[in-house]
Amino acid sequence: MSGDRDLAVIGVGMHPWGKWGRNFVEYGVVAARAALDDAGITWPDVDFVAGGETVRNGYPGYVAGATFAQALGWQGARVASSYAACASGATALQSARAQILAGLCDVALVIGADTTPKGFLAPNKGERGDDPDWLRFRLLGATNPTYFALYARRRVELYGATRDDFAQVKVKNSLHGLENPNARYRKATAVADVLTSPLVADPLSLLDICATSDGAAAMIVTSMEWARAHGHADPVRIRGVSTVTPTYPNPVIEMPNFATDSAAGIGALPTHGFKSSIARAAYEEAGIGPEDLSCAEVYDLSTALELDWYEHIGLCEPGDAEGLLRSGATTLGGRVPVNPSGGLACFGEAVPAQAIAQVCELAWQLRGQAGARQVEGAQVGLSINQGLFGHGSCVIVSR
Amino acid sequence: MTARSRVPAIEGWFTLDEAEPKLIGTRGVDSGSYFWPPSLAVSANPNAPFEAREPVELSRTGRLWSYTTNHYAPPEPSVQTAPYTVCAVELEAEQIVVLGPLATEADPAQLRIGMPMELVLGPLYSDDEHEYVIYQWVPAPSIDGRIGPASGVEA
Repeated sequence: MSGDRDLAVIGVGMHPWGKWGRNFVEYGVVAARAALDDAGITWPDVDFVAGGETVRNGYPGYVAGATFAQALGWQGARVASSYAACASGATALQSARAQILAGLCDVALVIGADTTPKGFLAPNKGERGDDPDWLRFRLLGATNPTYFALYARRRVELYGATRDDFAQVKVKNSLHGLENPNARYRKATAVADVLTSPLVADPLSLLDICATSDGAAAMIVTSMEWARAHGHADPVRIRGVSTVTPTYPNPVIEMPNFATDSAAGIGALPTHGFKSSIARAAYEEAGIGPEDLSCAEVYDLSTALELDWYEHIGLCEPGDAEGLLRSGATTLGGRVPVNPSGGLACFGEAVPAQAIAQVCELAWQLRGQAGARQVEGAQVGLSINQGLFGHGSCVIVSR
Repeated sequence: MTARSRVPAIEGWFTLDEAEPKLIGTRGVDSGSYFWPPSLAVSANPNAPFEAREPVELSRTGRLWSYTTNHYAPPEPSVQTAPYTVCAVELEAEQIVVLGPLATEADPAQLRIGMPMELVLGPLYSDDEHEYVIYQWVPAPSIDGRIGPASGVEA
């Protein structure tokens, strides 16, 4: 089945994740070249560049679209830059999609790259007493893992999850990423490795929490018509892209906030929480459901968050994620492998590139080009994450 | 050397009443929704986005929604030294969850989700002239019978 709002993904590419310490533009150029080669087109064929932004790399990082267009050699393409924290890549894809579906362009490069500092992600320097992202560090020491740990402890309390359950997520993802040439960590991990790694924010230890990495991802998307006219008879297709914001009142404490919305005076909470609503909007656009998925790439900022996503994307009911994991359903060879790439556990997070990298992996899976981590007969894939400040990000692809 | 004067680490977020400090929020006059903290562009009730808001002191007790103890020193501009504990407390009347530090003297090993918590004041950091004070949460088992149950919102 083909919808009239589909896009073709005709090329994908990455710069391997790592801690390379070079300028992010360099990584982006490598990823762009790989995606162009994969698509069998040249740079001047691109008429729109959609860059995922980062806010840590100074001035060029804020204008990612133009920065990469310049680095590849000005050729007049139109550009846009998108900032949506972890969701920047999906927002960039959405911007390219709107251009293509509006008939304003045929061929777009969607690209994101990052060079990350060592240690915790932290706000920009300066005294900024009116910025919640600055204040959460100053007043509370509330790092990103602090929030991950608050959610993880809810799973422990509500569903009886254990640190051993969380460790099993890391064990699975490490296994998946073992032979992924773009992954930063390619080493088998045992439950004991996770449990004996230093506690960061209990119940989460160092190996429960993803690192920050350098890396870049790029893809070439086109209209279906253009793809067919240029020899791509059966490309991987973008079926749905969700960039929704929450619905009031959001009862979950989200980074970088100090408080939730108040449910007083509103009657009832929304039927679906924010994370569930992100997936639902993409499913609705694509006209498919969780039962159709062959695989999924979900944002495992922490091991426990991967379990939350199982429930939010409808793989199981709330409270059943630990059981689903332990059944083997989400492991390669199971019913619906999750994070066949190895996920953030093996990559670490390169913020503006990561949501694009998720879609690159799905493209390789759906083309049967994923090598040792191939999901047998993959036909439909979903990628999902949530960006700081209320950014939803979900992409559904199919053959 | 004279004693340092106690000043709030952030202006206008809480009262400096040593015995019974309270968070200072606002309430929408049409919707009845509560908002905190007061000094940032926080959320609005979409049914009344332009409503007037009146200042209001929030409940100083609630139930522990979740908590974690951090074992690594946080990056700048943080001033905490590890280990330090962050609590999320659900206020019943306001139906809002508020993040805050665990009280300096409290033992994180005693924390349990759903337990009653109470607002106190404690030190955040000091310089030559001032001690900067922050609101904190402390377990308050004695009030258990006097506040409602936790709501059980999803993770």
